[in-house]
Amino acid sequence: MENESKQSGCEVIVVTSGKGGVGKTTTSANVGTGLAKLGKKVCLIDTDIGLRNLDVVMGLENRIVYNLVDVVEGNCRVKQALIRDKRHQGLYLMPSAQTRDKSAVSPGQMVKVIEHLKEQFDYIILDCPAGIEQGFQNAIAGADRALVVTTPEVSAIRDADRIVGLLEANGFKQMDLIINRLRMDMVKRGEMMSAADVVDILAIPLIGIVPDDESVVISTNQGEPLVGSDSPAGIAYANIVQRVLGKEIPFSNLERGISFWTRVSGIFHRA
Amino acid sequence: MRYFFRKKSSCQIAKDRLKILLISDRVNCSPEVMELIKADIAKVISKYMKIDTGNMDIQIQAKGSKTGKNRTPVLYANIPILDIHTK
Repeated sequence: MENESKQSGCEVIVVTSGKGGVGKTTTSANVGTGLAKLGKKVCLIDTDIGLRNLDVVMGLENRIVYNLVDVVEGNCRVKQALIRDKRHQGLYLMPSAQTRDKSAVSPGQMVKVIEHLKEQFDYIILDCPAGIEQGFQNAIAGADRALVVTTPEVSAIRDADRIVGLLEANGFKQMDLIINRLRMDMVKRGEMMSAADVVDILAIPLIGIVPDDESVVISTNQGEPLVGSDSPAGIAYANIVQRVLGKEIPFSNLERGISFWTRVSGIFHRA
Repeated sequence: MRYFFRKKSSCQIAKDRLKILLISDRVNCSPEVMELIKADIAKVISKYMKIDTGNMDIQIQAKGSKTGKNRTPVLYANIPILDIHTK
């Protein structure tokens, strides 16, 4: 099964956004779970020290013994801090510490931990904290590629643009955009930027559009990522997972939020 | 037909605001630097004509291309001339 993966080694992906609350953790959980469902060996790492959340979104909060800071400080071995998700073969979580702050880990230490994990996994997904300070630097230090999450709002797009600039400055070659919480009804009314508008502004390749979907809240309540379910967001995340693997999956109209009427009204508004 | 042109959609407003905002974010030009540039431009122009320095305005914007993919910023200066024949 492992040999099936197209790349020889392990791919390290950081999920980042700049702004908080746009869906980094939800995206990390769903992309990671989706990859594991396809038989990949996946390690999710929560790099948000002091404000850990990936464990609750994954429903693994009661199983934490050791965390990332314990690993870095040598209180335990890397393997001891990994929580195995019993629902999905090959899915592991390294939780963050809740009682420490960002300075407890340095980018160099992060790289060391990732190098160690690389030997055992096909994918390492890093859930980046909000902001552009040390937590961000830690999260991007060991990553090969980035998933930039934004919502179709001016504040989130502005921060995403900043993040793209910083990733470029840090030598990132592969950055893909996920537009989260798109509301097709609002796009149709001309009250929300469409996916095409956001891509136009940020000018990086689009890898996914996740519609605003209440089942995301429900799945978070239950601590079970919804990737692969038949809800709109579940389908969107399943498509993102396929695209992360390099498969060409066309964007459905549901994802794009572009209808005939938006195109027509677009022509009028342009004048 | 006129109805369609009357009101800008909030989507369009957001796009227009972002385009200007991101250009100045990207060039990383602080307001202080902009003031210095403005003062220097005023000094040079004043050598040749009388201008209204209080009402002059400079800003960095996107190039007026329709594609929107252009990341090249452009400096626009709006300088009211009071008397063109001075000196």
